[in-house]
Amino acid sequence: MEKAIKKYWIIFILPTMAAFLIGFVWPFIWGIYLSLNKFQTLKKVEFVGFSNYIKVFQDETFLHAFWFTALFTLVSTIVINVLAFAVAMLLTRKIRGTNVFRTVFFMPNLIGGIVLGYIWQSLLNGLLYIWDKPLLALSATEGFWGLVILMGWQQIGYMMIIYIAGLQNVSPDLIEAAQIDGASAWDVLKHVKIPMVMPSITICTFLTLTNSFKLFDQNLSLTGGEPAKNTQMLALNIYDTYYARSGAQWKGIGQAKAVVFFVIVVAISLIQLKFTRSKEVQA
Amino acid sequence: MAKTKEKEIIVRKPIDNVITLILALLSLLWIYPVVMIIFNSLKVESAISTDKIFSLPIGEAFNGVANYIHGVQQMDFLQSFWYSLVITVSSVVLIILCCSMCAWYVSRVNSLVAKCIYYLCVFSMVVPFQMVMFTLSKTADSLKLNTPYNICIIYLGFGAGLAVFMFTGFMKSMPLEIEEAAMIDGCNPLQIFFKVVLPITKPTVISTAILETMWVWNDYLLPTLVLDIKKYKTIPMNIQYFRGSYGSVQMGAMMACIVITIIPIIVLYLVCQKYIIEGVVAGAVKG
Repeated sequence: MEKAIKKYWIIFILPTMAAFLIGFVWPFIWGIYLSLNKFQTLKKVEFVGFSNYIKVFQDETFLHAFWFTALFTLVSTIVINVLAFAVAMLLTRKIRGTNVFRTVFFMPNLIGGIVLGYIWQSLLNGLLYIWDKPLLALSATEGFWGLVILMGWQQIGYMMIIYIAGLQNVSPDLIEAAQIDGASAWDVLKHVKIPMVMPSITICTFLTLTNSFKLFDQNLSLTGGEPAKNTQMLALNIYDTYYARSGAQWKGIGQAKAVVFFVIVVAISLIQLKFTRSKEVQA
Repeated sequence: MAKTKEKEIIVRKPIDNVITLILALLSLLWIYPVVMIIFNSLKVESAISTDKIFSLPIGEAFNGVANYIHGVQQMDFLQSFWYSLVITVSSVVLIILCCSMCAWYVSRVNSLVAKCIYYLCVFSMVVPFQMVMFTLSKTADSLKLNTPYNICIIYLGFGAGLAVFMFTGFMKSMPLEIEEAAMIDGCNPLQIFFKVVLPITKPTVISTAILETMWVWNDYLLPTLVLDIKKYKTIPMNIQYFRGSYGSVQMGAMMACIVITIIPIIVLYLVCQKYIIEGVVAGAVKG
């Protein structure tokens, strides 16, 4: 059978692999190469070695974007996961209206990032106006919390769905056994439910971490980096370096930033997976 | 078999009613942003300013569907809707077809090439788009893959990772016996794939299709960089462009277009909710 399939490789893997080569492998390799060059158009590419990378770490907007992104990722990952888990706990109690609530909470996921950003920009600016606070485009603090609220609104429903699936898989016998042994509701949560849904926690923290770190659309539409690039996150900073800054050196630096960004994302993903996987248990 | 299906007895405690109430309030908070946009899309321009954003579309502020007509005409919205639809449908169909075939090869053939393909796909899921955005758009340009009718090849390339990964995960757990039986009955691999494997894979097809649809339909940066913005604008591109190009943005028309954009998605969601939620769970378990 294996031999028969192998003979048909042109039909089975060639289309995907050709597209994969065009859409991913080649741009990726080329991107790494270009990060070592100075270029504005592709006609004139000049090899400059690692000097782009040195300039990346001298660029204050990049460093600021890095800390802003790191802080945002930390806050939004915690907020989203804690709230999503709490709502999932409430929705697995078999209360009235569970299905309606689940439907409502998940809904924002279907709306695209650009549209979400504008919806929340109008809403938050309206609120800030009433409370006599500076509007989103004028204050980085407000912009930060605006992004957290927006991400929460969008992602809590998604993570909640995953947590519900996880919680429903916890065997009732296990919980009952714990209760007979005299465990309080808190003990059951801490010693039975959370260890048992650790795989879900791994996935949800992985997703929220990478989604937040790579956030682009929402950032572009909610604050656009205002005021003065203060709410610019890494992805937007790279885009801005590439397409909005004039000067022959910036495209190369932008590509070098992208490589740095990629390395950070991979490192975070690996560390996170290793950390939470080590806490998973077998029932 | 005796019918011993026990009816589950649900005991509701008073606290559950309190929880229901809290969740109901929270749900209202969750829908409010969408409701607010719908209200504002029905108001006259002067009633949509920041200080009046929460007012209702009643009395003098009510503008009927004027914003909708204005928005659709000025933004060439139907054109954008068409482009978004073409791109999404063609990309998702292509991704499902090609990636399921590729995944079957990967899960049934035990060779270095198959392993490499698999790990490359996993790897590509972690890579942020910014890493390849410039080179990808240049590559697409030089291969002339820059119209809404063939950008699906780019989407296939960049979306292959997730799809191949999800299909391989499912296909590895499928019993080989059925396929071998089909083989003995004289099917060639193509027939086995389309008549036996693909029908069994249907749940994964649905979940993958949903995840990919959500991505392609809402994607902003890839089409912006690949397509010629003067000729082709997808819905997200159009909304961003509309916002950026006017000195003072016409909020009413903008809100109306946002409503037209999200209503079909919400309706679609309410209709095939079950599949969407299952798709999300399946996607997460594989991840």
